[in-house]
Amino acid sequence: MSDTPIINIQGLSKSFATKSGDQLQALDDINLSIRPRSFTCIVGPSGCGKSTILRIASGLEKASLGQVLYKGDPVVKPGADIGLVFQEYSLFPWLSVLDNVAAGPEFAGVDKQTRHRDALGFLNMVNMAEFKDAFPHELSGGMRQRVAIARALANEPDVLFMDEPFGALDAHTRILLQQELLSLWEMTHKTVVLVTHSVDEAVFLADEIVIMSARPGRIQDVLTVDMSRPRTRADKAFGELSEFLLHSLSPDRV
Amino acid sequence: MKFFSFAVPLLAPVLLVLCWIWMAARIANQVILPPMDQVLYILAHPFEDLISMGSLTSNLLVSLVRVLLGYASAVAIAIPLGVIMGYYGMVFKAFNGFLNLFRPIPPLAWVPLVMAWFGISSLATMTGVETGQWYVYLNNIKFSMLFIIFVGAFYPILTATIHGVRSVNATLLDSARVLGAGQSQIFRKILIPAAMPAIITGMRIGLGIAWMCLVSAEMLPGSLSGIGYMITHAFTLASTDIVIAGMISIGCVGALMDMVFRRVEKQKFSWQRQTNS
Repeated sequence: MSDTPIINIQGLSKSFATKSGDQLQALDDINLSIRPRSFTCIVGPSGCGKSTILRIASGLEKASLGQVLYKGDPVVKPGADIGLVFQEYSLFPWLSVLDNVAAGPEFAGVDKQTRHRDALGFLNMVNMAEFKDAFPHELSGGMRQRVAIARALANEPDVLFMDEPFGALDAHTRILLQQELLSLWEMTHKTVVLVTHSVDEAVFLADEIVIMSARPGRIQDVLTVDMSRPRTRADKAFGELSEFLLHSLSPDRV
Repeated sequence: MKFFSFAVPLLAPVLLVLCWIWMAARIANQVILPPMDQVLYILAHPFEDLISMGSLTSNLLVSLVRVLLGYASAVAIAIPLGVIMGYYGMVFKAFNGFLNLFRPIPPLAWVPLVMAWFGISSLATMTGVETGQWYVYLNNIKFSMLFIIFVGAFYPILTATIHGVRSVNATLLDSARVLGAGQSQIFRKILIPAAMPAIITGMRIGLGIAWMCLVSAEMLPGSLSGIGYMITHAFTLASTDIVIAGMISIGCVGALMDMVFRRVEKQKFSWQRQTNS
């Protein structure tokens, strides 16, 4: 870890009030630092609060305790430096694909011609340029996620958070998009933090894997993956690491 | 098969017309049921003066202007209020109970109170115009009429707007925030477009009700024109043919306005039907 971290999560805790009035501890003392340009995957069972980490780190929610630093400054509200890709239903259904991708620059006040030209460039990166005039409901699930990724990139963030971005896709599309995401990452030098419940996805993508446990959400382990890319699932090391992760994710308490 | 699908919707109207012809011939009293051709004659000559109250068209136009004014003020208040009530839970709590107190009151039940408040004052009274052609126009727009049309259109638009804003998918709002949208952009560029299909539906229902409130509004004292006034006046003169012709034209104009809205819905909001939310 030679570089200074771009994201620094310090003592982060989050509790929610349930309907019955009890406090539910979703996250308990999360500490994590993310190196610039690294690819980190957070894996964990559902309910471990892994999505909540991203929501707090992108400024959508407030922490109960602790803080998230971006380049040394606390994140207090959403900003253009940090992008977030959701699992689904995040595209604006009344806008064309091109206008969806141009949404961030539009909010920032970029003029129409410039933002459309730039958006087309990002659509090209995800091979969706020919669908620029289509509407989200006319696209397949995989295409929508490509557009969602292009839209996040079009805002030129340093950090890209992804909250189970391929969770709603079929297995084949999912593998395709994982490969595309890796080449985008290599091309754009973004720092990526991806939340997933798929061990396979984490092993395929990540430099670093954060393993979480649930109730309360805690970091159980952080692993560095030193397999070279492109990784193949037929590789022995791939299988061993997956097996190890599966094992640590299914402790005897389940 | 093709012939049937074409003929089925025509079945009921044709039956009605046949019944009318037969009944009118049997009753042979044009105060109770005038022959159809007499009504058709009036409808076919919409610019001819009737019972010295102006033509069918001029009365319809007066009514249309009234409805649109009352309706426009309902739209202008109900949509912003609905967006704010739908978005801010506190504002919803503050106003919802209060507004629901008035919701069950039929617009017509407001008439006595509205007459006490506004009497026969009109836009002419407000603007201070007292003579000339403009006086005639402005004096036709009575506040009491506008109020009743307003009350009729207000609730459906408000309810639909609140519902529309509340059902906006939270992920859309989060996405916009992460992309850097400020609060006013969230309202203008996300909440309102996302809720627009629901708002348009509310506006369509509201316009239908406003149009229906018109006749009662035009029965108010001080009214000197309008399709509703023409119908009631024709009734006192036992001109049932004019009554029926007036009713038919009210129906046609209402259906036409509804059609315009349906068109807009279909063209602009096709995304809504296919989008999962």
